[in-house]
Amino acid sequence: MTDAPEVVSTASRRSPRVRRVVGFLGVLAVVVVAWELYKVVGEALGGVVPGTELRLRPPPNDRFMPHTWDVVLQLFQPVRRNGELTVLLLAKAAMFTLREALVGFVVGGVIGFGLGVAFVRSTLAERAFMPYVVASQTVPIIAIAPMVVVWGGQLDVPQWLSVAIIAAYLTFFPVTINTVRGLRSPAPTAVEMMRSYAATPSQVLWKLQVPAALPYIFTALKVSATASVIGAIVGELPAGFRDGLGRALLEFSQQFNVKKLMAAVLMSALAGILFVAAVTWFEHRLVAGDHRREG
Amino acid sequence: MSDAVVLARGVGKVFGAGAARVEALTGIDLRIDQGEFISLIGPSGCGKSTLLRLIGDLLQPSTGELIVNGKEPRQARLDRDYGIVFQQATLLDWRTVRANVELPLEIMGVPKEERQARATEMLSLVQLQDFADHHPWQLSGGMQQRVAIARALSFRPALLLMDEPFGALDEMTRELMQQEVLRIWTETETTVVFVTHSIPEAVFLSTRVVVMSPRPGRISQVVDVPLPHPRDVDTRESDDYYRLITEVREALRRGEER
Amino acid sequence: MTEPADRDLDLFEPRETDVFAGFEGDIPGEPGRIETWIRAYGPAGVAFVVVLVLWEGLTRAFDVETFLLPKPSEIAQRFVVNFDVIWAAGFRTFFEALGGFVVGGVMAVVMALATVRWSAVREGLLPFAIAANTTPIIALAPIANNWFNVTSPVSKMAVVAVIVFFPVMINTARGLLEVQPEELELLRAAAATPRQVLRLVRIPSALPFFFSSLKVASALSIIGAIVAEYFGGPQDVLGQYILNRANLFQFPDAWAAIVVASIIGITFYMVIVVAERLAMPWHVSLRKTDTA
Repeated sequence: MTDAPEVVSTASRRSPRVRRVVGFLGVLAVVVVAWELYKVVGEALGGVVPGTELRLRPPPNDRFMPHTWDVVLQLFQPVRRNGELTVLLLAKAAMFTLREALVGFVVGGVIGFGLGVAFVRSTLAERAFMPYVVASQTVPIIAIAPMVVVWGGQLDVPQWLSVAIIAAYLTFFPVTINTVRGLRSPAPTAVEMMRSYAATPSQVLWKLQVPAALPYIFTALKVSATASVIGAIVGELPAGFRDGLGRALLEFSQQFNVKKLMAAVLMSALAGILFVAAVTWFEHRLVAGDHRREG
Repeated sequence: MSDAVVLARGVGKVFGAGAARVEALTGIDLRIDQGEFISLIGPSGCGKSTLLRLIGDLLQPSTGELIVNGKEPRQARLDRDYGIVFQQATLLDWRTVRANVELPLEIMGVPKEERQARATEMLSLVQLQDFADHHPWQLSGGMQQRVAIARALSFRPALLLMDEPFGALDEMTRELMQQEVLRIWTETETTVVFVTHSIPEAVFLSTRVVVMSPRPGRISQVVDVPLPHPRDVDTRESDDYYRLITEVREALRRGEER
Repeated sequence: MTEPADRDLDLFEPRETDVFAGFEGDIPGEPGRIETWIRAYGPAGVAFVVVLVLWEGLTRAFDVETFLLPKPSEIAQRFVVNFDVIWAAGFRTFFEALGGFVVGGVMAVVMALATVRWSAVREGLLPFAIAANTTPIIALAPIANNWFNVTSPVSKMAVVAVIVFFPVMINTARGLLEVQPEELELLRAAAATPRQVLRLVRIPSALPFFFSSLKVASALSIIGAIVAEYFGGPQDVLGQYILNRANLFQFPDAWAAIVVASIIGITFYMVIVVAERLAMPWHVSLRKTDTA
């Protein structure tokens, strides 16, 4: 950075991890303060833009913008009189959603990897099927997830399975593309080297191509993990669904209960982060330090 | 010595067809005996790397006959009669130095204990025993190339093919590596075919320098290098060395003019 | 093992593969332009027609009931019959998507410029960008409905704006920051002011990143608007139309609406592609392919 005067904060001299935590907490604090400040100032102005009749959006009162701490407290209050704790209900909903997403994610990942290997092994297979793989992505599956679930119901597909199929659909494409890319990533000389050892095709695949492809595949999996969770949540929206985060969001929304809604949003975020964290954990186990080096 | 490790008669190689047809090599006659150190030198496009790949059965000749270690090149490859080193070390990032050296042995199904023993032996041959558990990116370019040599020799091939192995190294490292490769050649008594475009390198290393010229790629002259062994810094300063360098340079120029 | 911060940014790489993959980039060369165009897109077009014909034929041959799998001809028929209703809904949804796209895009560019000026902004935003990429932003839709009045298009725009914000901000910031060091040194040698550096080097180098993120965002904004509509609001928009018709098992109607959504999405995308070419005719990816 040569043109902008660097703000040398104490944080920037520490390790990236510490810096990130400090940065996160810093921005979080800013958001909380801004939130509460907006409430105080907004209430003082009577909830309208000064000098006009226009109502402030979001309205600064407790119904629309509960205190940040009230949202946290809501987690540990019963969801309805004598009901279970909000956090428990939401945790169960998250587990339900994650299970749907995970089933689809695994199936989609396996199909994607298999297709990728097939495409790299056989140009004929690639030329015959790749266009359909690409074309499949022109259907915005997330946008029509509820319809897919209703449609599945017509075909006697259980709802959770329809949602899992949506997650699989969202996963297989990026995994296919990145598997193909990754399997083709070794340098031509690396392939010649394997040939000079008279390695069998499966030795070339497992000793050279697959290890080389793993970082590519994990990049795709991290993208798909989030997409799977989103697909699952949206797929849970149609009537008839009883469990899951999508359902909870819709229900709390219809109750106009922002506190519970915020709690559900937090849980959704947590579910997404957990899913990606799990994928990252596997990446760190499978892809030895080497590929995660700089540069 | 009468055992020919490489025997080429009228070997030619054509790439493409029609308008895109390129005659990469034509009428190559070459005999390489056991224990020789042969350099292939020439300007780019003279087919020196192509010839190396034909010997290794990484490419197949369009015409002529090629015998490697007394067999068809394909059979020689299947029998793992040669090891190869490229300009890039081509080490697998996810394997340690030791595991990289073991790779060909693993592919050949050599039992684990023997693999480890062989890797240890090879790493001490290239003097990298202390770096066995490092990963490739933790090594310098010269060290990486030594690992690649250890890997190529791990299964004791009769022939070592080297495709501009020191082309990516700086001049200082390069001279050290040349010394190193001569020592390994003497210790292992492996036959070496070495592609380079550096005249001093070719002269310093070789028993014979094969001078090639382009369009179409062919052998224009073979220069014998009767410099005594062992060769060292003094060799590089001897009159014979300069005389031979001049001889190769003129052979190259004549090849261009023809 | 230190983990470079850069890796996290990889998550935000424009994911053009997600939608309309391979749509741009293949610029046919000048000679035989139509011919190359046909060669590039012909197979896809033929495949599309073949799929439609097969679909129609098989559903007829096996007498598949409409609620299981509608025939293309039925969808086409509903498309014509409900043309006015569906397109009116389509434009309302597009209005929401466009509003969110503009608001989110402008905020993203402002933030990206701020990251260049203040490294503290950069440090602070990164964790949120990572979080935004791993969390289902769409969960904010019911809150937006609550805050900005469920009947108002603003509530949907707000969700779209958040969805659009992160990819555009991250990519633009990356483009602004990842400038060739030589180019900076060149300007430094010429004693250029920070403003000149921004105008002469940083912004031009950020444009390709900016536009590829806009292309991703254009598709995301339509999808985001439709999904936000699922969480409630007026009935005369695409999302509600699709959901209602699906719930009534009138799938041909729902599919006709999806066709409209796709047409709008592709058109939006193409507009961005055209804007990109106008804005940076010099860029490598847009150069005509050399046959030499």
